[in-house]
Amino acid sequence: MANNGVIRFTGGCYLAQTATTVGKKEHQGPLNAWFDASESDEYFGQSTFEQAESEMVRRNLRLLLEKANVKEEEIGAVLGGDLVNQCTGTSFGISGYQIPFLGLYGACSTIAEALLIGASLVSGGFLPSAVALASSHFCTAERQYRFPPEYGSQRTPTAQYTVTGTGAFLLTAEDTGIRVADGVLGVVTDGGITDANNMGAAMAPAAADTILRYFDHSGRSLADFDAVVTGDLGQEGLELTDELLQKCGLDIAPKHLDCGVLIYDAKKQDMHSGGSGCGCLASVLGGYFFQRMRRGELGRILAIGTGALLSANSAFQKLSIPSVAHAVCLESTTGKGA
Amino acid sequence: MDAKAYQTYTESRAKRSHVLRDCLRAFWVGGLICCLGQALSVLYQWAGMEEKPAGLCVSVTLIFLAGLLTGIGWFDRIARYAGAGTLVPITGFSNAVAAPAIDARAEGYVTGVAAKMFTIAGPVIVYGAVSSILYGVLYYLFTL
Amino acid sequence: MDWLQFLHAFWVGGLFCVVAQLLIDLTKLTPARILTGYVCAGVVLSAVGLYGPLKEFAGCGAAVPLTGFGHALAEGVREAVKTDGLLGALSGGLTAAATGVSASLFFALLWSLLFKSKQK
Repeated sequence: MANNGVIRFTGGCYLAQTATTVGKKEHQGPLNAWFDASESDEYFGQSTFEQAESEMVRRNLRLLLEKANVKEEEIGAVLGGDLVNQCTGTSFGISGYQIPFLGLYGACSTIAEALLIGASLVSGGFLPSAVALASSHFCTAERQYRFPPEYGSQRTPTAQYTVTGTGAFLLTAEDTGIRVADGVLGVVTDGGITDANNMGAAMAPAAADTILRYFDHSGRSLADFDAVVTGDLGQEGLELTDELLQKCGLDIAPKHLDCGVLIYDAKKQDMHSGGSGCGCLASVLGGYFFQRMRRGELGRILAIGTGALLSANSAFQKLSIPSVAHAVCLESTTGKGA
Repeated sequence: MDAKAYQTYTESRAKRSHVLRDCLRAFWVGGLICCLGQALSVLYQWAGMEEKPAGLCVSVTLIFLAGLLTGIGWFDRIARYAGAGTLVPITGFSNAVAAPAIDARAEGYVTGVAAKMFTIAGPVIVYGAVSSILYGVLYYLFTL
Repeated sequence: MDWLQFLHAFWVGGLFCVVAQLLIDLTKLTPARILTGYVCAGVVLSAVGLYGPLKEFAGCGAAVPLTGFGHALAEGVREAVKTDGLLGALSGGLTAAATGVSASLFFALLWSLLFKSKQK
């Protein structure tokens, strides 16, 4: 049966609590007030950047358990990932917790992927609760994909800046006021872009494809939503996605927000096209959007994680950048908003 | 829109770098570094050195300064402004060796620091050496 | 002191940088490729006899850019071939480059002992 990747969490899965931790640049950005914690030391008190990212994940998960007032034994599983080789940022951070762990990789779409799988497990009745999380660290990403931090180079205007940040989401079966209603699993899309400094252009076709499929097959229309939130398209990718969708007769521009655009003051902080990385959607969705939904300012949002599925070697081999986008619909169950 | 059309379109709409601004910055910073070299050369010769060793000492001094600035985290800030202005002088080579070295300490002094020094500088040395060898062979054949 | 020498060093050195900046902004060439290209270009320019006079004219304006490094390689090879014959083709280049390369490697090791990588 063709269902175009649309899944409905009919058994019921709810967002109980979130926790977010970010780095210095994100702390200096316009969304600062919405994050739970920030750290001005890029090493997070550790000796390497990779350990720093793991420490950030470890602390943030601890914070989530405290905020939600649950013990680690009560968590069914942690699902999450990051950009560091073999997902070590997350797995090293989770090591020490007595919680079953599923490591995921969807580049910067990871948090959406984790939410979709976590919600499936919870709504299917397989687990009482699950934690979805994702993280990124500017320096681990730079080391892996670009240059060492001290190397002198200029960024192009379309380049994005990897967010140092993480977000963790506690999913439960009890109604907490915010439901993970449905979503769509993304298809890998390749627009033929080879420029690793223009991720927005590489990811826009995937984002547009996923958004179109969602509205074509979920039974919901754009009017049902207060906001369509993409993860890290940046200014360039946001505009491109809107244009691609307009060509298909869907004008999301008035409701379209991108976390990569929101998280920094692009002009003042010299961030070119904006933020990127797994931690971008994870921290902004878990901080800014989750709290605004709780306050009743937003009733239903469609969150789309977009991931550029390249590796350092694929870039050297001059291959184009395939991308994937997963969408999750979060809605208030108290009838506020749209 | 097919892939080809999409690539052309995204390239056409992508914001361009400010070419004129970048060039002016590269010009004056690069020019200034060369002037600094010139001043050092005059200084070393005034101190009694021959022209050739003085030139080598200029290179060593610039390499030292660029590396030091790399270490204290100023070089990349200047380079973000100056672009090719710091890249093209010998300072760019020094930075290309020092930056990965400093960054790779976590991976150890053999597998990290010493190995990573050559990620950017290695190709420069390899192709520099190879082209000089080719030239040497040609020079030998033509002066037989 | 010859002030004109400074002026020539400034504008010639600056122009070398402008050419590279144009390559960065207008093509997809990465900095590493440009550095490599500059050294090779220096060897070629020296080989055809252009770089020697340019260095004569601009001093450090020609010596400090990486093309000057290429010129040093070519000069070294030329001298070595004159004295040692064909074997000089192998020894001349890197011998001439030894000071700069060794200094870069030695200092880099020193810096890695003294400094720690930081986020910008």
